[in-house]
Amino acid sequence: MSQAKVPVWVNVALIPFINIMLAFLVSALIILSIGENPIEAASYLIYGAFGYEEGIGYTLYYTTNLIFTGLAVSIAFKAGIFNIGGEGQAYIGGLGVGLTCLAFDSTMPLYIMIPLCIIGGAVFGAAWAYIPAYLNAKRGSHVVITTIMFNFIASSLMVYLMVNWLKKEGSMSLRSREFEESAWLPYMHEILAPLGITIESSPLNGSFIWALICCVLIWILIWHTRWGYQLRTLGMSATAAVYAGIENGKVTIWVMLISGALAGFVGLNEIMGVNHSLLLNFTAGYGFAGIAVSLMGRNHPIGIVLAAILFGALYQGGSELAFEIPTITPEIVVVIQGLVILFSGALEHMCKDRVESLFIRKAA
Amino acid sequence: MFEAIILILDATLRVSTPLVLAALAGLYAERSGIVDIGLEGKLLGSAFAAAAAASVFGSAWIGLVFGIMASVGLALIHGFACITHRGDHIVSGVAINTIVAGLTVTLGLDWFAQGGQTPALIGDQRFVPLTLPFADALADVPVIGLIYSELLSGHNILVYLAFALVPASVWLVYKTRFGLRLRAVGENPHAVDTAGINVAFLRYRAMIICGILCGIAGVYLSTAHNAGFLKDMSAGKGYIALAALIFGKWRPIPVMFACLLFGFLDAVAVRLQGVSLPGIGEVPVQAIEVLPYVLTILLLAGFIGKAVGPKAIGRPYVKERG
Repeated sequence: MSQAKVPVWVNVALIPFINIMLAFLVSALIILSIGENPIEAASYLIYGAFGYEEGIGYTLYYTTNLIFTGLAVSIAFKAGIFNIGGEGQAYIGGLGVGLTCLAFDSTMPLYIMIPLCIIGGAVFGAAWAYIPAYLNAKRGSHVVITTIMFNFIASSLMVYLMVNWLKKEGSMSLRSREFEESAWLPYMHEILAPLGITIESSPLNGSFIWALICCVLIWILIWHTRWGYQLRTLGMSATAAVYAGIENGKVTIWVMLISGALAGFVGLNEIMGVNHSLLLNFTAGYGFAGIAVSLMGRNHPIGIVLAAILFGALYQGGSELAFEIPTITPEIVVVIQGLVILFSGALEHMCKDRVESLFIRKAA
Repeated sequence: MFEAIILILDATLRVSTPLVLAALAGLYAERSGIVDIGLEGKLLGSAFAAAAAASVFGSAWIGLVFGIMASVGLALIHGFACITHRGDHIVSGVAINTIVAGLTVTLGLDWFAQGGQTPALIGDQRFVPLTLPFADALADVPVIGLIYSELLSGHNILVYLAFALVPASVWLVYKTRFGLRLRAVGENPHAVDTAGINVAFLRYRAMIICGILCGIAGVYLSTAHNAGFLKDMSAGKGYIALAALIFGKWRPIPVMFACLLFGFLDAVAVRLQGVSLPGIGEVPVQAIEVLPYVLTILLLAGFIGKAVGPKAIGRPYVKERG
């Protein structure tokens, strides 16, 4: 094929841009249809997300979760596996972080708590991904179906644990006791204050730094290690991987473990960073949003950070928008998210083939 | 005791109905080779459209029409992505579920200004229970009376329709030319193409049937089982239906029994809440809740039988040229 004649920028910039513009166009039509002005809505949205310091803080706080789940989905995608269970893995990962905090918060200082909680989130998230991965590698069950089922099981398990074991005694709300302050992940405004930088307080916390570190680690892992090469080979062609002497089952299991661990880090941000106690439904759809982030970001860490910022801005801007125009709900953001998945995922060939053939014809 | 069992079975029929309809819908899609995890979105979308139309036009039947139209529309979007543009079936399904989850609330708030719900449906806006002939007269007859007048009578028309559609599907899938082609296209689309049959058109027709059935399931949720639309009211039923489809190994009758089993678990879970069973103690509701998922996973892993789906499922068909 004449794939080589298509300039790189078309693939990495132009086509994603067209796809997201299509998604925005349809969203604008929806906003028009409910009788509001899409341009006015967009300006509220952008102001809410980037217009003031606290807004930026909130945007990056949402971005943190989306980087974790986006990376989780994309590393699996790279290996040709669709991990749709990010939601459940994030939930159980958060349980791991929470249990670690509840167990050690009164005895350990913060600099020990942080690595402990990272390990806690990673181990629990990975464990939740391990069973579907094992069943896929050893018994041929379809990962998509099993991970969907595991999302529901995670949700029931959390309700059971919160109601029967973890709920603070004598309290009506389904929350665990609040952690000691020594187990609170410091906020960004607290981290930056000693450096002489003052920013307004927001939920943005240290987990954002860990998210960026994870991006670098995953980039090194996928593109600069032997193992990453195996992973990419598996993703390109499972048959070729077998002939190259790669143990597909083993790679599948490890990919899923890393994917689950990454999703589990959502708990660092939500449980250790912001809520400071275990509670229900803190994952709030981030696992599914990770699919959109990963598709938008074309499975590359840089793309994922950019896509996560975009969606983080939509989350934060969306609540600002709903505040300014009461007839619009924050759910409009969910619609936009779905449209992005539709245009840049399911309908990716629609624009790609046309645009590419345009360039090939020009070159010929 | 007997009466309690009848009441549980009665509830089982009611909660199984949307599962049966949605699982049959999935059966047509998957037998034609299209993975449909968008069942959930179609259920929610048609539940909303039906409740909205029923509330505005004052008739459950008009709600039924709108619900089916919404669901068929979504099914065609799925078809457009998967059949025409060779898109990933799972990604497309996730997109549809996400869009519908957001859009129903957004439009609901705009149209009815009740926080995303539709107004409560009353009178003709709902499908009302039908009393079968002689149900009242037979009510006092021991055993048979209870079975006939409690268990079989007193459901709305959609319940009877759902269970009538099971044998109808057996006939359509196994006894007609369309059914033969439908099964063939999910196993080996190349062979079907060689026989001069249009693969894309056949799959589109399967998606339309899927949309209609899933639409009825959604309509049932909002205008028969409940009185109006609530945010996220499908609550994972689309995924349970998908599990039932796998559990029933993509065959109508076993799929129906899988739905009845999952529905039964649901009905039992409600009644067992806070009840202490002799010898076992109190069973947490959540443990019964997750049983359908656990059973399906065990089946998929080959621990209880083997589930083998249509061979060409999930793969786009590209016509060979030249």
